[in-house]
Amino acid sequence: MSGAVTAGPATVGGQPGDHPPPVVAPARGKVPTPVLLIAPSLLFLTVLFAWPMVVGVAQAFTGDQGPTLAYVRRLLDDPYLWPAVRNTVLLIVVLIPLQFAFALAMALLLRARPKLAGLYFYIWVLPLAISDLAAGLVWLSIFTDHGYLNSALHSFGVDGYAWLSYENPTTMFLAVLVAELWRATSLVLVIIVAGLQGIPNDYDEAASVFGATYWQRLRWVILPQLRPSLQVAMILRTILALQTFAVAQALAGRDFPLLVGETYHWYHTLQNPNVATAVALVVLAVSMVTAIAYLHLLRDRTAEVTR
Amino acid sequence: MTKSIVSNAPISRRAVLGLGLGAAGATALSACGGVSTSGSDGGSGSLNFLSTQFTPVEERQRFETILGSRVTAAKVAYNPVDEGVFASTITSQADAGKVQVSLVGGLHGQLAPHTGRLLDLDDLAGSLADRGFTADVAALGRLGGGTVKYIPWMQASYVVAVNKKALQWLPSGVDPEKLTYDQLLAWVKAGRTGNGGKPIFGFPAGPKGLYHRFFQGYLLPSFTGGQITTFRSPEAAQAWQYMKELWANAAPASTNYDFMQEPLQRGEVLIAWDHVARLVDAPKGKPDDWLMVPAPRGPKGLGYMLVVAGLAIPRGAPETDRAKEIIKALTTPDTQVQVLRENAFFPVAQAALPGDLPPAIGLEAAAVRAQQEAGDALVSLPPVGLGAKDGEVSQIFKNCFKEICLDSKPVRQVLDNQARQLNAILDELKVPCWKPDPDGQPCRVR
Amino acid sequence: MSSDPRRARRRRRVLLQVACVAVTLFMGVPIYLITLAALSSRESLNRFPLPLLPTDMSTETLSRFLSTTGVVPGFLNSLQVGLFTLAAALLLGVPAGYALARYAFRGRQSYQLFLLLTRALPIVVLSVPLARVFLTTGLYDTTYAVALLHTALALPTTVLITSAVFYAVPIDHEEAALIFGATPLRAFVHVVLPQALPGIAASAMFTFVMSWNEVLGAAVLTLNQRTLPAQVLSTLADSPLAYRFAGGFALVLPAIVFVAVMRTYLTNMWGTTLR
Repeated sequence: MSGAVTAGPATVGGQPGDHPPPVVAPARGKVPTPVLLIAPSLLFLTVLFAWPMVVGVAQAFTGDQGPTLAYVRRLLDDPYLWPAVRNTVLLIVVLIPLQFAFALAMALLLRARPKLAGLYFYIWVLPLAISDLAAGLVWLSIFTDHGYLNSALHSFGVDGYAWLSYENPTTMFLAVLVAELWRATSLVLVIIVAGLQGIPNDYDEAASVFGATYWQRLRWVILPQLRPSLQVAMILRTILALQTFAVAQALAGRDFPLLVGETYHWYHTLQNPNVATAVALVVLAVSMVTAIAYLHLLRDRTAEVTR
Repeated sequence: MTKSIVSNAPISRRAVLGLGLGAAGATALSACGGVSTSGSDGGSGSLNFLSTQFTPVEERQRFETILGSRVTAAKVAYNPVDEGVFASTITSQADAGKVQVSLVGGLHGQLAPHTGRLLDLDDLAGSLADRGFTADVAALGRLGGGTVKYIPWMQASYVVAVNKKALQWLPSGVDPEKLTYDQLLAWVKAGRTGNGGKPIFGFPAGPKGLYHRFFQGYLLPSFTGGQITTFRSPEAAQAWQYMKELWANAAPASTNYDFMQEPLQRGEVLIAWDHVARLVDAPKGKPDDWLMVPAPRGPKGLGYMLVVAGLAIPRGAPETDRAKEIIKALTTPDTQVQVLRENAFFPVAQAALPGDLPPAIGLEAAAVRAQQEAGDALVSLPPVGLGAKDGEVSQIFKNCFKEICLDSKPVRQVLDNQARQLNAILDELKVPCWKPDPDGQPCRVR
Repeated sequence: MSSDPRRARRRRRVLLQVACVAVTLFMGVPIYLITLAALSSRESLNRFPLPLLPTDMSTETLSRFLSTTGVVPGFLNSLQVGLFTLAAALLLGVPAGYALARYAFRGRQSYQLFLLLTRALPIVVLSVPLARVFLTTGLYDTTYAVALLHTALALPTTVLITSAVFYAVPIDHEEAALIFGATPLRAFVHVVLPQALPGIAASAMFTFVMSWNEVLGAAVLTLNQRTLPAQVLSTLADSPLAYRFAGGFALVLPAIVFVAVMRTYLTNMWGTTLR
């Protein structure tokens, strides 16, 4: 594997030096540079994943007697499927915009350089380091009937509330939402902060000199320059959000089914890898559709810049 | 750090260097492929034991000590994993033809899906005749086929734990050791009223909870005398009607409870039904505050369920002979009693229980014994011969609970609907019924 | 009323601090609670109301947890896997990220989708075939197997995040270096890389932390050479409450240290205020 690895950076230097800007150098009959640059990762993923992927996906359509749609039908009959689809979509549609607004606000607060900014940033990034299992654990200990939240209310003389009861689906959803907001906003924040680092202050200062308000500068100067980072954060966050379920499972169990949780349930509890794969393919399809939509909707202008 | 936006080469060069050094260090570190985490290098001289039991750290430590002192045949690398990893590991190793695990231990339902991947152990079972396994338990090890696939390892059951605070609401004339389902309901209702409207009864309906066993082995057999054949009988409808009422007086947070010992310890509930291993911590600190009582009885008797864990050897295992020696060592009465003492799993071998058990385990042992020895006891086995469908059959019972108790759908309609799905699974498998249903060909809902 | 600009500025500063403190409370309180619970005695976790201040401290469960068999070797394995994954993901991912940012090539979008494809299929359905690949190649039950899997899982984040940051590095700086006679590699290392460092640090953070916390793949691909999460996290749910907190807390600590180190690379361009 190491042979393939060194091929990557080396090609940057190995490209024709007589053409001043290598970034626009034509391929001249050789393998084009970008292909050389992406080849190692492409090769690595193919070698590691191609066969497992084919075998894995085939499970959804192969029974003991050859190809079958029985597992897909079985899935469609499952009473948990549609609630799981609904919850997954609902969670993403509500969570992602909130998360981006929150992360952007946090990044802009940091950009205003308050005192203790370093400490704040560190604490805001910390949830990143906490595994989703541990995150589920801590939020459960907050929202459970005799948990920290009800304990705190108790000390103010307020009676506790059954936040996570199946009878209170609204607070249950809100609890999952708050926990996910806490757990995964750091990822967006870090990408946005990394993106903000590259934005020169010049334009912003110029706009400010010409009397633009803060909101105008945000809308017309900062956000457009942050676009590649936002696009990447949006795609990654959505794909990863479709994959996480540990926190929701810890807080609400199967009262709040999510698609990936259903995959695990079918695979482990019901021991039916075939239907599990069928659920997984639904997740895959949703992920791919959203990824394609993001790539189109938030299309950057790389092509116009480089060629 | 630096003032300007772009030209900050010095710090950055150091940063790049740091990253590079880290990368080099990583490669150097991983040159050895890993450090053993199971107290054994997994190479020659040690034997891999994969198990779903004793996963919590303390239980694992205690069981490793037992292995170290009782097993002389080999150094054992004990690897407790959750059931998903257990299944994936056995499946992938057997399918790849490179089995590295020599001994597997799991519950009946966790071994059943791997029937075809396990070695026949008839010779070993023959040589263990002196252990005195009961016929029911030994028969489970055949996994519905003709040959012995696993040797019984440990057993457990489910009982009811009662915090003595709840006794103040016990209806007069009721003996908590000899409850009926109606008396339990009356007690739970009175307790709820007395406790200012807060329910005192809970049961493990969380995602990892074992509540389906309550329907399969306790409620339905006690009301109907059967588990599968009587699934949609009028008595079953009565049982579910009862369940609906019981649930209406149970803690709604039950749908989050996996292990009842925790809400019991926290005082969120005062009475709870669960697996003995999932109740044992509740009375640990103050055993005098607790009662452990047999499950209630219904019109058809006191239905209760056996939980059996077994030991098996995968086909193609590298250390078959020594694995058999370990099975022999783990089924001796002495070892079995030590496992009970340390980890609260009951012996399958004939063994006299000592009088000096830890208090919490002593309470449970008495309840389990009273349950088994009751005149109207009606034993249920976990589903036999369902293989990989075990989980799906249990899911049918969970679905009934969800639709009847949580979604308030009409009982009759739900039972008819779920019975159809249950029959679809059973018709595919064509297995004979297991206790308490009559042994008939093939098992299906009447 | 805010005619005095100095007063207006002071009010802005105060508002800024208030907002920062509010966010910090939200982000920090759960971390405080997990620490509190891990350091509480067993009994105090079952009381109601739960103590919200550290009044009943005990390191008993934590030290008991740390002395469990396999925790120290598991820690070393996790470290190996994490660092190896970090190195491999950067070596494979940074060039690809650069290519995505600088070149318009056919298949650019397909490549991005292919990267995401590996993350979009729940890993559980791949667990058995993946384990078979490693069993047949003899890598099963080594830290390499886990590191290779983690590298594959981390590649999409590495490639996409670094590409977003390379994209922001002005192309003129690189061209200027080339005009002054630098080789493309020198230009990349001395001009582009330093400016892209925040993005690389960000993706390094994700990679290491992902690898540190990943459970399923690590548990399925190893038997005796387990990483720390596979060793303890996977079965944490079955442990008594106090152990769950102790385990969760002990696992968080190293990741917290790593994030602290990486943070300085991430924000080194905001000047001196963000230390």
